[in-house]
Amino acid sequence: MAAETAGSPGSSGSPGATGLARLRRRFEGPNTVGNSRGFWIGFAVAVLALVAYPFAVGSYQASRFSLFLVYAFLGLSLSVVWGYAGVLSFGQVVFFGVAGYTFGVVSVNFATPLGITAAFLVGVVGGAVMAAILGYFMFYGGVRNVYVTIITLVSTLVLHTFMAQTAGDEWTIGTAALGGFNGMPTIPNLAFGVGGVALTFDSIGFYYLVLALLVATYLGLRALVNSDYGRVMVAVREDEDRTRMFGYHVERVKLAVFTLGGALAGLSGVLYASWGNYVSPQVFELAFASLPVIWVSVGGRKTLLGAVVATVGIEFFRNSLGGELAFIFVGALLLVFILGLPGGIVPWVHRTYLDLRGEGDVSRPDPAEGAEVTDS
Amino acid sequence: MVNGLNLLFQFLDSFAFIVLAAAGLAIIFGIMGVINLAHGEFIMVGAYATTLANVRVGLPLPVAMLAGVAVSMVFGLLVERLIISGAVPNALSRRALGRDVIDPLYDRLADSMVATWGLSLIMIQGVRITFGNSLDQIGTPLGEIAYGGFSYSTYRVLLAGVAVGVLVLAYYVFTRTDYGMRARATIQNESTAKALGVDTERTYMTTFAFGSGLAGLTGALYAPTITMVPSLGGSFLVEAFVAVVVGGPSVVLGTALAGGLLGSINALFSNLVGTFFGRIALLVTAIVMLRFLPEGITGYVERLRERRREGA
Repeated sequence: MAAETAGSPGSSGSPGATGLARLRRRFEGPNTVGNSRGFWIGFAVAVLALVAYPFAVGSYQASRFSLFLVYAFLGLSLSVVWGYAGVLSFGQVVFFGVAGYTFGVVSVNFATPLGITAAFLVGVVGGAVMAAILGYFMFYGGVRNVYVTIITLVSTLVLHTFMAQTAGDEWTIGTAALGGFNGMPTIPNLAFGVGGVALTFDSIGFYYLVLALLVATYLGLRALVNSDYGRVMVAVREDEDRTRMFGYHVERVKLAVFTLGGALAGLSGVLYASWGNYVSPQVFELAFASLPVIWVSVGGRKTLLGAVVATVGIEFFRNSLGGELAFIFVGALLLVFILGLPGGIVPWVHRTYLDLRGEGDVSRPDPAEGAEVTDS
Repeated sequence: MVNGLNLLFQFLDSFAFIVLAAAGLAIIFGIMGVINLAHGEFIMVGAYATTLANVRVGLPLPVAMLAGVAVSMVFGLLVERLIISGAVPNALSRRALGRDVIDPLYDRLADSMVATWGLSLIMIQGVRITFGNSLDQIGTPLGEIAYGGFSYSTYRVLLAGVAVGVLVLAYYVFTRTDYGMRARATIQNESTAKALGVDTERTYMTTFAFGSGLAGLTGALYAPTITMVPSLGGSFLVEAFVAVVVGGPSVVLGTALAGGLLGSINALFSNLVGTFFGRIALLVTAIVMLRFLPEGITGYVERLRERRREGA
């Protein structure tokens, strides 16, 4: 269902092509891996497996797994911003956290289905607006490269310091107390609806909602990065000055992508807050801020698929491993991949797969992609 | 008057903290183009080594501090060989696979950030597993300065003097020694330096060890005043980072100016509004500075000077 909504808008391909092939073309191009029939079959199998997952493991496990899917939006947001537009942001958690808090404040004050629906939207928009403000401040001010990274990192720390001291009564908005270091508990579950007609999402329902949103977002982003605009984004990543010389407004592109990234991170934050019914300044901590960078580096920042797979995979392992060794494992993973495989896992698997099938079979994934991955 | 004295002590304290925290990071960043996010953990190594040498082995504090510096220097050397330059893994893989597996992280800012972040996670958790969640602490030496109704730790005020000493030392090393000459040649133009016979790889190695040693010194100096937890480096990293960025490319002058500016802002706001706002003011200043002077204070000074030269 999600696939159709993301891909249907009037694709007018060549008259000979079948509908399915025409639909497929919108999602394929040099900017994503997996442009073959085999990939899409595998994709469908993976989605079906995720749909069947709650039946196999029960609602508790499904609910736990939905958190990893929620994080995948955060991973995707960084993949778009860093992997496609070349802006390494340590601050995706800023938008994540701002959206989470916004959702918390609005939904605690208006705890009706309509209010929660509004809170959902306000939260996502809040993340996007925050990103737009920060992005405008940076990109239009001529801040570039590593300085963007540092400003986003420092912004995270500002919010962490600020939110940690909101324990007092003066930090109560309506009936919602921000709660300082202890955070905001009692955030309601996600619900959509007006008046009496409402859908509330908890455990399994929430899992399916997140899964559907994730599939739709993934396909939507694939369509975006393979569109003409996506090519401009990649051009900005590869060489800002040259792109500017071709007449593109580099700042505007970066700001638009950054805002989109903020909205995605915001979506993740809203879902996170309603998943645990809780949000605290921990989401602005350095340790959490670095997680998206880890996910995306390990998965391969220039692939959307890598971001999703690595986010869900790493979080699943980290959570299952638990205890003392989890961080050592994550740290070692990060070191090994950034040193040995700077392009990430998914591009490497993709290339190895193509090599195994023989060079003659490689139709679209051109040699340029191989070269691109190594020069990071 | 009393308030003024308080403000002065607070300023000296923040200044010392910022300069000492930033010095090692500034050197490694300025010369090697490596952003070391594990810098806080190098400080932690120095602090832990000092505390262990003092409390468990029983060395007197100054000797324990020297031991802390030595340990973190050796540790930095190991990290440089194993991870930053990848020399050791590459030597092994050349023998086994016949090719290099690691590109050095020099001048790869984003990659070096991610890699050293991974290193810091391993170090924090490794120390937590080995030594537990906290360590017995050394008492703060030298007592307190009391005046009016207030008092301030003498030791922490004296650290401001040590911070100035570190800056002078760094200035001396980089301007008056052979190593400093080679290091500056390497920053300016690596390939020309190499062509003129400078062993740049060795310069990088020495630089990283020197920077790590300074981080260790910071840890050793602050060991008696802070709680010994594995994550203690985090509180240094932020200030260090901000100071390096605000300071700009000139290592010694930049660190000194950034320490002065940020230290006074931090002290002022901490004194007027509270510690939280002192920190927020410091961070916001950094953001605003970056926005308007992306090359830092010394980068701006340099540009002004160039413009004047062109004008004349």
